[in-house]
Amino acid sequence: MGKTLVEKIFDAHRVEQPYPDTHVLKLDRVFCHEITTPIAITDLMARGKDRVFDPSKIKAVIDHVTPAKDSKTAEQGKILRDWARRHEIKDFFDIGRNGVCHAIFPEKGFVRPGYTIIMGDSHTCTHGAFGAFAAGVGTTDLEVGILKGVCAFKSPKTIKFNLKGSLQPGVYAKDLILFIIKELTVNGATNMAIEFTGPVVDEMSMESRMTLCNMAIEAGGTVGICYPDMTTVEYLWEYIKDEFGSKEEALKNYSKWVSDADASYEKIYEYDISKLEPMVTFGYKPDQVKSVNEMTGTKIDQIYIGSCTNGRIEDLRIAAGILKGKMISDNVRAIVSPATPAIYTMALKEGLIEIFQSAGFCVTNPTCGACLGMSNGVLASGEACASTTNRNFNGRMGKGGVVHLMSPATAAASAITGTIVNSQLYKG
Amino acid sequence: MKNFNGKVLFLDRSDINTDEIIPAKYLTEITKEALKPYLLEDLSLKGFDNKEDIKDKVVVVTRENFGCGSSREHAPWALEVNGINVVIAESFARIFRQNMFNCGMMAIELPKEKIDNLFNNYSGSITNIEVDIEKAKLFVTSSEQSEVIDFELGGFDKVLVQEGGWVNYADNRY
Repeated sequence: MGKTLVEKIFDAHRVEQPYPDTHVLKLDRVFCHEITTPIAITDLMARGKDRVFDPSKIKAVIDHVTPAKDSKTAEQGKILRDWARRHEIKDFFDIGRNGVCHAIFPEKGFVRPGYTIIMGDSHTCTHGAFGAFAAGVGTTDLEVGILKGVCAFKSPKTIKFNLKGSLQPGVYAKDLILFIIKELTVNGATNMAIEFTGPVVDEMSMESRMTLCNMAIEAGGTVGICYPDMTTVEYLWEYIKDEFGSKEEALKNYSKWVSDADASYEKIYEYDISKLEPMVTFGYKPDQVKSVNEMTGTKIDQIYIGSCTNGRIEDLRIAAGILKGKMISDNVRAIVSPATPAIYTMALKEGLIEIFQSAGFCVTNPTCGACLGMSNGVLASGEACASTTNRNFNGRMGKGGVVHLMSPATAAASAITGTIVNSQLYKG
Repeated sequence: MKNFNGKVLFLDRSDINTDEIIPAKYLTEITKEALKPYLLEDLSLKGFDNKEDIKDKVVVVTRENFGCGSSREHAPWALEVNGINVVIAESFARIFRQNMFNCGMMAIELPKEKIDNLFNNYSGSITNIEVDIEKAKLFVTSSEQSEVIDFELGGFDKVLVQEGGWVNYADNRY
């Protein structure tokens, strides 16, 4: 019997299996941000164990509330900052150099095929796009990760999506993952990895694969995972060129991080997605999904383009392509948050920022920002937001508000119209 | 070990997410105790009053996929500082479930028909549940009736509860 990619990663990292269904794994990366890490740090200090297992494997960023909005968030930033300095954690990204964790850490080359990664953030599943096992954990798992470099997981089960056909114009990875979550429901993949394979994924950029894997958690999945290929190697090349003689050599090395043909899956889904339409959520659960055409005309008050799901350069290019030469509706306000400083710089150089500003968008610094209503872009009661983020929970962006999840293309088009609309209406 | 014996709060809904258990705006708190007044503040459940209904409760009984969404351990902490150390549900989101045991608290899964019976037979009256970890049994009592329900407790989950959580366990072992 062959093995799945996740089983292979477990085999390569297992420290012990204290119970039949419990695997303690050695960690290659522990990622930290200022919301879930400070309590781990203060608890370690209180226990007299203010240590880190390996400062080179720990990466930290302030991203959820930046700039700090009040004394409490300033204190959270300070705890993380002081800790990073104290333990010589070199890769700590403070304001000015910070970005949304699941965008900046891959961008810096910290994620590699076959790695084990944890972070105190549920969207850590994003990094599976590189063929890594990356799982969101709570503060206690994070604390043990920081101290000991290990984390415990149940035996991995995998469901596989074999995605065939091709995405139609105006249909993107976001539409595909919303469709998949609708099929799986919000707990259809609980305790499972979701493997995304097939020609559709092969054709996707790393940005699109990250969008796909980012929302695995919305179906309950532990990680969304793709096989590494030349696209992965190209994305990482700047950071791995000293390690490998050529891109082909890197690809050959990474090619061990795929599932065997006779691996055992919980379930295999086969879809031809050629007829998939742009999708959008209604209600308060990410599996409440309809086609944009069914939701056309739904009134919105705010548009938000950004987040670990859709704040990358590809997303900004797509949105700006629709907004070029147009103005947003007088009935809405719109915010765009480039996910990292590098993305912001690229967007400036490419003229995208000017397009957003001319269209009437507010451009913020890189931050998680409006996605979880913690620092900016909070909705008033009764308001609706067209958002490229990942959660539409009740109150997520502000008490009494409604969030409609959608692609950057649909969000940009909806900004112009002031109501939910298919982006094909504005195709260049 | 924590207290696993006391009054039950029935939450008759599936997919109660961590934003409902503790809204993101309170994640700026850096002590667990500070979360106490905000537990279940945004819960969307008809007739529920988070100021009155959680008083003196130790056990939550609910439906499917409890604790879905964010990884925030603030969700179990908000329960813990209110004295609630046990959640019994049809199923849990993975991270929430692990966070509970990592804190030495209990996330107990029961089959749908047993959850249905608890709601049907007990949710209208003041009910007490005592968890016996050694025997893996729940002793359910109200003024009208009582029963004993078996549950499954994995070896790793049990040792986390007995040792007071994952930090203690891991620190002794790795």
